[in-house]
Amino acid sequence: MAVTHEAHTEHRQSFLTRYIFSQDHKIIGIQYLFTSLFMAIVGGFLAMLIRMQLGFPTAKFYWAQWLFPGGFTNNQIKPDFYLAVVTMHGTIMVFFVLTTALSGGFGNFLIPLQIGARDMAFPFLNMMSYWLYPPAIVVLMASFFVSGGAPNAGWTSYPPLSAIPNAAPGSGLGQTLWLISLAILIIAFLFGSLNYITTILQLRARGMSLLRMPLTIWGLFFTAVLMLLSFPVLFAAAIMLLFDRLGGTSFFVPAGLVVGNTVVQHSGGSPLLWQHLFWFLGHPEVYVLILPPMGIVSEVLATHARKPIFGYPFMVGSIAAISFLSFIVWGHHMFVSGMHPLVGMAFMTTTLAIAIPSAVKTFNWLATLWRARIRFTTAMLFAIGFISLFVTGGLTGIFLGSPAIDIYVHDTFFVVAHFHFVMASAALFGIFAGTYHWFPKMFGRFMNERQGKWHFWLTFIGIYLTFFPMHFAGIAGMMRRVFSVSLYAHLQALSWVNIFISLAAFLLGAAQLIFIWNLFASLVRGERAPQNPWGANTLEWQTSSPPPHGNFGHELPVVHRWPYDYSVPGAPSDFTPQTVPVSAVPVPVHGGSGEDERDSRER
Amino acid sequence: MTRPAATLERPRRTPDLPIGPGGPPVATGDGGGAAMRPPASAASIAVWLLVGAITLLFAAFTATLLARRVEADWQVGPLPAILWMSTAVLLLSSAAVEWARRRGRDDRQDQLWIGLIVTLVLGVAFLGLQYRAWRQLVAAGIYMSSNPHSAFFYLLTGMHALHVTGGLAWLTHAVVRARRAASAVVALAAVEPAAVYWHFLGALWLYLFAILFEV
Repeated sequence: MAVTHEAHTEHRQSFLTRYIFSQDHKIIGIQYLFTSLFMAIVGGFLAMLIRMQLGFPTAKFYWAQWLFPGGFTNNQIKPDFYLAVVTMHGTIMVFFVLTTALSGGFGNFLIPLQIGARDMAFPFLNMMSYWLYPPAIVVLMASFFVSGGAPNAGWTSYPPLSAIPNAAPGSGLGQTLWLISLAILIIAFLFGSLNYITTILQLRARGMSLLRMPLTIWGLFFTAVLMLLSFPVLFAAAIMLLFDRLGGTSFFVPAGLVVGNTVVQHSGGSPLLWQHLFWFLGHPEVYVLILPPMGIVSEVLATHARKPIFGYPFMVGSIAAISFLSFIVWGHHMFVSGMHPLVGMAFMTTTLAIAIPSAVKTFNWLATLWRARIRFTTAMLFAIGFISLFVTGGLTGIFLGSPAIDIYVHDTFFVVAHFHFVMASAALFGIFAGTYHWFPKMFGRFMNERQGKWHFWLTFIGIYLTFFPMHFAGIAGMMRRVFSVSLYAHLQALSWVNIFISLAAFLLGAAQLIFIWNLFASLVRGERAPQNPWGANTLEWQTSSPPPHGNFGHELPVVHRWPYDYSVPGAPSDFTPQTVPVSAVPVPVHGGSGEDERDSRER
Repeated sequence: MTRPAATLERPRRTPDLPIGPGGPPVATGDGGGAAMRPPASAASIAVWLLVGAITLLFAAFTATLLARRVEADWQVGPLPAILWMSTAVLLLSSAAVEWARRRGRDDRQDQLWIGLIVTLVLGVAFLGLQYRAWRQLVAAGIYMSSNPHSAFFYLLTGMHALHVTGGLAWLTHAVVRARRAASAVVALAAVEPAAVYWHFLGALWLYLFAILFEV
């Protein structure tokens, strides 16, 4: 890597300070991405265990019993261990994979590069943010190996199951470790988001006004705001739950609760309070997972469609509107909790209102694709796939936002299908699109496109085959965390659906091996990538691949235009980077697209 | 690729500005230059973000307290008299840091430093008094698990004390920086955000004191 040495980058760095305890945002971003990949493999393996049990309940798990001897009897999964697996799958995927990969990984790597800064505002805080993540992982994973095993209470950890140590096997030390692990991770997120917001507000290059920022930065900016304001609430709830467990207080435990034929020594607390506090975080959290992919997808779409993003100000405005609304919809997770119908209606109204900015974004993406010269790169395929998954999952969200329907399908596989489409798979597609798109910038090499396309098609088809039938299972009454379909008569007819889903899930899981192979093989022998392989406008592509320490040479870039000047009529090429000065000749703008001019030229 | 080219960007309200946004030029903290207003320090923004996050933390505790105190078993416990003294000490320390800040603005680096030391000593004294309040309650047989009010008392005072400890660490850092700084202006850059945080902790304590015992 050709490092242009300059005054402040000349200090010698050992391997340890350069790659391990690095304060360089690019290294920290890559550390976050690879650690998240490791956690994704763990979480994905747990998902396979879940599907194994639901599809083939009589199968013998020789290999899994070897890994988790305490979780199996006679090579059959134990019910409480099944719940532990479900809990850990959700926790790992939401907090330790998607949040960390998107905010920690792409946020760190992209923010200084795309706004034209040399690094984050607080590099040391940034390093601390990453180095709180591995201890959180160790504490979380340790819960598998303590007495009673991992927590059983689900990723939402509702009390009393999570509050009374002898309520379930995993309610013991495992649950305590879960809470401590999350508390550590929340501090890491707090450091990260403080850093992101300050960096974006303070360190933009000359000429980079707010409304010239790439949409990725807008997505990451509002994500940081959401994290800053919502995670402290979960932190407070986690502390109170810890005190209920260890200090004998009664914040969330009601009076007269009987566990194991004995009355629990607590009084007057309210389990519903936990639900309110949890979902006050929980709903902004799903937008923490979807706003960065929205930004990434906007970037990838415009670049590979060679067209300006359609309706840029509305794209920014809708991100802001979604962020604001995400704080006032949490009650839609609690429609069955005995909520007053008027309150339910209020939450329904705010929930359905989110469909408006979401639809604005969706139609703007489609309008960006309209009559574009699309380059079907792997990154582009994943970006288009994101729109499909977002629409599919978003539509069921409108159903679930209505109490009348939600009360019927609450806690069924319909909900599982909904959030796996709109939040899990869509966010994952954002990560994949971003990885294929920015891999050349991160490592100076391309990922293999042929393998990438296999990966895309198998993943895209695998996701629909896996999650779409879950809607039907849910409507037929299959409970969300049920251990086996053979437990209830009405579920036995669903065993074929579950076998189908499981087979599709195994295909989906196997397809990810292609990605992992492609990623590591490309690191070593991928084709060398030039500085700006996609012909993109944003600032990170105007420096070398990978960028040097300090990102830009001696001079910071100066920004003269917005990032979406693709196919400008009369320009020497079909992209005009943000650093190119604007000519005096004004271009007639019709709806911000410039389509008419190009069409007349091509005809 | 540096040849000028047209743009599809929406026209700006102030098209005569060759570069920069419609509003005032962006202040770049990193050598971008040509900024018309002095760049605010990154820490002076971050401290307000931190205050926002901590406010949400205590808002969540407040929400729980409001929901909890309408239950039948809610009973406000005894108010340890020593809390009045700790409140006074914390307010004095807030005054001290404000005095230090103003002396710093008047370019009196030595007095700035002395003011910070006084703040630090008063802050440590506050923690000591809070600890004595806990000891008094424990001596009276009131523990965290005794009743809902005592649970909130220990929780809120404990969380506040943790944040005060962080504030003391920040002030210590500012003291060291203020001593080494070449001028009062440089010293002030390290002190200003710490002072904002310290004032916030004082205000937070008044709020917690009020919701625990008065309101």
